[in-house]
Amino acid sequence: MEKPFAITLDVGSSLANKTGTWRTYRPQYVDRLPPCNNACPAGENIQEWLFHAESGDYEQAWRALTANNPLPAVMGRVCYHPCETACNRGQLDESVGINSVERFLGDQAIKLGWKFTPPASSSGKQVLVVGAGPSGLSAAYHLARLGHRVTIQEAGPFAGGMMRFGIPKYRLPRDVLDAEVQRILDLGVVLQLNTKVENIEQTMKDSGFDAAFLAVGAHIAKRAYIPAADSARMLDAMQVLRGMEDEEKPMLGRRVVVYGGGNTALDVARTAKRLGATDAIIVYRRTREKMPAHDFEVEEALQEGIMIKWLSTIKNMSDEGTLTVEKMALDATGFPQPTGEFETLESDSLVLALGQDVDLSLLNGVPGLEIKDGVVQVGTNMMTGRAGIFAGGDMVPSERTVTVAIGHGKKAARNIDAWLRGETYAPAPKHALAEFDKLNTWYYDDAPKMVRPTLDLARRQSTFEEVVGGLDESTALFEARRCLSCGNCFECDNCYGVCPDNAVIKLGPGNRFEFNYDYCKGCGICRTECPCGAIVMVPETI
Amino acid sequence: MTATTIKFYQTGTHTVGNRLLDPEHRSVQADMRRTNSLNSGHRACQGCGEALGARYAIDAAMQATDNQLIAANATGCLEVFSTPYPETSWQIPWIHSLFGNTAAVATGIAAAMRVKGRSDVRVVAQGGDGGTTDIGFGCLSGMFERNDDVLYICYDNEAYMNTGVQRSSATPGAARTATTPAVGDAPGNVFGQGKNLPLIAMAHEIPYVATAIVSELRDLEAKVKRAMEIRGARYIHVFVPCPLGWGTNSWDTIHIARLAKETGVFPVFEAERDRIVSVSKIRKQLPVEAYLRPQRRFAHLFSPTPNTEAIAHIQALADRNIRRFGLVDPAAETAVAAPVATGNP
Ligand SMILES: Cc1ncc(C[n+]2csc(CCOP(=O)(O)OP(=O)(O)O)c2C)c(N)n1
Ligand code: SF4
Ligand SMILES: [Mg+2]
Repeated sequence: MEKPFAITLDVGSSLANKTGTWRTYRPQYVDRLPPCNNACPAGENIQEWLFHAESGDYEQAWRALTANNPLPAVMGRVCYHPCETACNRGQLDESVGINSVERFLGDQAIKLGWKFTPPASSSGKQVLVVGAGPSGLSAAYHLARLGHRVTIQEAGPFAGGMMRFGIPKYRLPRDVLDAEVQRILDLGVVLQLNTKVENIEQTMKDSGFDAAFLAVGAHIAKRAYIPAADSARMLDAMQVLRGMEDEEKPMLGRRVVVYGGGNTALDVARTAKRLGATDAIIVYRRTREKMPAHDFEVEEALQEGIMIKWLSTIKNMSDEGTLTVEKMALDATGFPQPTGEFETLESDSLVLALGQDVDLSLLNGVPGLEIKDGVVQVGTNMMTGRAGIFAGGDMVPSERTVTVAIGHGKKAARNIDAWLRGETYAPAPKHALAEFDKLNTWYYDDAPKMVRPTLDLARRQSTFEEVVGGLDESTALFEARRCLSCGNCFECDNCYGVCPDNAVIKLGPGNRFEFNYDYCKGCGICRTECPCGAIVMVPETI
Repeated sequence: MTATTIKFYQTGTHTVGNRLLDPEHRSVQADMRRTNSLNSGHRACQGCGEALGARYAIDAAMQATDNQLIAANATGCLEVFSTPYPETSWQIPWIHSLFGNTAAVATGIAAAMRVKGRSDVRVVAQGGDGGTTDIGFGCLSGMFERNDDVLYICYDNEAYMNTGVQRSSATPGAARTATTPAVGDAPGNVFGQGKNLPLIAMAHEIPYVATAIVSELRDLEAKVKRAMEIRGARYIHVFVPCPLGWGTNSWDTIHIARLAKETGVFPVFEAERDRIVSVSKIRKQLPVEAYLRPQRRFAHLFSPTPNTEAIAHIQALADRNIRRFGLVDPAAETAVAAPVATGNP
């Protein structure tokens, strides 16, 4: 080629200069485990479904959510949301309202009639699920989606278990529960109501089930010995809450005393108030700090005029309903001790809310089972000592919440599926946690949490209308967008923009990015400026 | 200022891109079709703020002019690291002549384009702070005074970096350079001298003057775009940290720039003629110490004994900027901890 004056070389591009050789550290994209996901007892991929919700694709968000939990509209109402307690945004302003967005998605699905995708093929295997509570329904759902034929046998007249008999309507309207149960049944799950399994081995043999998942819950109310006159009206919490599902509501009278300090005690007292009690009084042996009930429930109950007598035990009950109450005092170790000081309390009825035991009668004669402290022992795979019989929910050692039960159902389903194929289920290894200090919070704007509306007090005291309302589309979208996407790329283009060497390749929407190691000098700016901590620098081996 | 007002609370308006935003509202740098005017393979140090600032500015200018752009470049790092003969990193028509004459070269190109009737072709001149505030100052002032149709962009890394970190008239007080060592009673560069070129440019009453910073990409791009909508002499002064010359971590370049703005050390504003028309407010105000500490050129202010007097002097200058330019929104939140914790890579 003819060159201009004084030019001896052809023009070259600096692309010939592979500056990647300068590097001593190389950037790498990683996914970290967001604290919300880590805290979710049902194993939801919260950050992932919020990602879809942020773009307004609620159906995709709902599908991602229900890959792990089939009951979002229920969850969005009754879950105690440990995800929000763990949420990194809590350290910035306030945690993301995960629970409200979940409810919005669940309600949206009911409103628009979204259905689960049926399995592509059938395994030919039959699985029996005993109990139609949260754990049983969750297991049935996951097993059905894995292609197994599932039959649920439920002793009671309705599906839902504790979601129906333990959680009052004002926290969970029944049409919501019914809609989510029906959607699971629509997958082909057979539900047999009023069918109590008396002997699990026999039932399995008779109907040819290949495996069973037991989730009968804990329904037998614990009693405390309280000497009472014959005509004294003493009930237990289960009788009251279960009775609320009948035509004829329980008769509690105008002065109702509830004995206990858990969420159930509060539920009963709040129910009594709504049934017309002028006074609903909780008697609890310890102090508010020691109360196992959740703070928001205590708060809501106090707002509704529920009274709580702290540091008190009930000694006896007379014919006329007069209760003798002994005052307690905390000892040095924080344990309540009797003081010998007594007072009386008038009541029309006394409701004991002291916890529940499991009815284990269906397990009579099953070899290999281990029962300890009134609950069935299971392995990490949720299998009991009897091969092929799995168990979960309140009848195994656990924290007794709906969410934990749903998590058990999922875990059991995955293990049953593997067991049926003669394999062992190996969950995918977890990513390292995305702690708050991994984030570059400069990039997040301040935004207050969206608060859900609550029903006015007068209606809360007299009706069973739902107390806590839902977010609407715009507030739910706003709330979803508050998510920081901890530890997972959300395609903000920062790395692509901040590289002084154009060594980040953008792969286009949904495909994230790649490093061009030919030119990356390893300066690490991308790592520093990644908002969500999805880049690490690792030493080069030279 | 023209940065988008749409708020996404996750990504804010602060990230480079945002998948939730319409493509036309995203930054030039987020665009897969950006020109990469300054391409890979250049020999700038790891984490070079100047390389970053130059790509940001020139890519934005390219988009604003439909790629009808010619650049003249002063001698300095940007020129040296991008064009070792016969290689070039520039993917645009680009010319280098001398250290001190860039404004004049650009003026010449603009005149040639006028003669050829190519009003669509736009001209930028670019150089370092030394080439701009010192040796090229005469040519630049002339270009301003004649109101030549050139956008001049100064990449200010506060010293003559290419030749080994010598003091320029843009070097801040107390900073250690090769020619202002950290020895004696008043270690580092003297206070009270130097030039504030954006204000000098405003004194020429040219149509458009702005300052920008590599940590505020959208603001920087908006200013280049705005400048390209205007004919006549325009000046943009871009603050670009230099890891080598300042003794900062290569991964902290943007972080350091952000601190310069959040402390009030570097005011980010926009002016038309001699009037300031907009100011980029401080988001989370910090004391100057947060900015000084991570830089080895200021290490002598903290050890062996703290030089409280010099630190107070720098703080006073920052406070003056804050007052003079109105950098703090009275309603805005005030200081919390430093925005980002940084460790080794
Ligand atoms: C007339 C002249 N004097 C001195 C030099 C040597 N020289 C080349 S680049 C440079 C410093 C450039 O500093 P600055 O303009 O701030 O740009 P930077 O390298 O810092 O980006 C010097 C002194 C030269 N090329 N020409
Ligand atoms: S900010 Fe988002 S990803 Fe992070 S913990 Fe909270 S909900 Fe999960
Ligand atoms: Mg310089």
